[in-house]
Amino acid sequence: MAELSVNHLLGIKYLKESDIQLILETADHFKEVINRSIKKVPSLRDITIANIFFENSTRTRLSFELAEKRLSADVVNFSAGQSSVKKGETLIDTVNNILSMKVDMVVMRHPNPGAGIFLSKHVKAAIVNAGDGAHEHPTQALLDSYSIREKLGDVAGKNVVIVGDILHSRVALSNIFALKLQGANVKVCGPKTLMPKYIESLGVTVETDLRKALNWCDVANMLRIQNERLDISYFPTTREYTQQFGVNKALLDSLDKEIVIMHPGPINRGVEITSDVADSKQSIILNQVENGVAIRMAVIYLLASKIK
Amino acid sequence: MSQKILLSSKEINIILHRLACQLLENHLDFKDTVLIGIQPRGTFLAARLAKLLKEEYGVKEINLGFLDITFYRDDFRRGEKPLEANKTKIDFLVEDKKVVFVDDVLYTGRSIRAALTAIQSFGRPLEIELLTLIDRRFSRHLPIQPNYRGRQVDAINGEKVKVLWEENDGEDVIYLVKN
Repeated sequence: MAELSVNHLLGIKYLKESDIQLILETADHFKEVINRSIKKVPSLRDITIANIFFENSTRTRLSFELAEKRLSADVVNFSAGQSSVKKGETLIDTVNNILSMKVDMVVMRHPNPGAGIFLSKHVKAAIVNAGDGAHEHPTQALLDSYSIREKLGDVAGKNVVIVGDILHSRVALSNIFALKLQGANVKVCGPKTLMPKYIESLGVTVETDLRKALNWCDVANMLRIQNERLDISYFPTTREYTQQFGVNKALLDSLDKEIVIMHPGPINRGVEITSDVADSKQSIILNQVENGVAIRMAVIYLLASKIK
Repeated sequence: MSQKILLSSKEINIILHRLACQLLENHLDFKDTVLIGIQPRGTFLAARLAKLLKEEYGVKEINLGFLDITFYRDDFRRGEKPLEANKTKIDFLVEDKKVVFVDDVLYTGRSIRAALTAIQSFGRPLEIELLTLIDRRFSRHLPIQPNYRGRQVDAINGEKVKVLWEENDGEDVIYLVKN
């Protein structure tokens, strides 16, 4: 069987199209597993995984932990808040200390872009990037692709618009790489202030009119306004943002066709999408969360099979 | 590499009829019995036996499932290549059922060991039996023996038994391959 071309999952940028297909196909098997009454397989009995989170996370950390446990790996969790990082320990020291306790794989979220790449060059363990600053969030993009494929049959040829704060979003960047690699057409939509200057060099088009973008697309991926990353004022008020870039039921119903609504969570209800949109039958937000566990099982399984 | 024919299409057909009759003797109407083909190669044999039992021996209904054991194998990370998963399809409960595992070749017994673990995820069977078309009797690593066997073969370790099925490979034939 084909194997991944990489030993770490640092970003979608480092993957080939065949890697993505392998991960999605493997996730199909794990989705069947997690829908059994006994949701666990013994594959990774001899693997220990450390989840190291230097940044807050609920969904991603829970999802990784469940994925690891359902593969029967041993799991240790580590949050920077309660650790020696606060006492001035460096990243490499922290991780090497964890690895001396015989850990085979590290799942890491870090506020600095490239933290995973840096780590992969200095420590002996398989690294999975669970989000590095505004850089990449590869498992999110993979589960988004998996959810689109599940809902619409295929990713290739589909029109996907990513709406919101593209500038600060690792979800947007990873999704753009993943979608383009699989042959989807991608538009980004949001306030001009939140568009990276060279975004078009990634092969996407920019649209500032939300209605036009929605009428074009098959899938709209709605991003959250990440207030914690907004160092300066990028738009006048949240209310004004919502009026221009928020999706409500009236807007959704007035479109030419029925589109699929996605959201990586956490949702700010009433800001980027209203509650009736988030809970509508066009929304696959909770499917994304379910698929997240299957995708992470696939990624961990495939990377673990390369540990010798 | 040389290969000789171990069983021809005609011989396989006779054996399949005998195995079907032996199953019938123990399970009669198959009301509480389920056939589970072990992925990937046991599925052809299981499907063939189910078809035979229905068409030739008047069994009305047979629960037929396919079980993938990839995630339960004990050689994860030990081989050169990663293990390839296949589809599991068991859309019935095995709780309190008589389960018959069906596989084409019984060799070390490790696949069956994995299948015994895997089936537990689908409930607690009343009992489990094993049917295998080819039994390589001197190669076992584990104390596992078939309840129904097509043909016993004394193949040595360098040799390989290759089972081909009409629906997948164009013809029914079993080869003994020497390297």
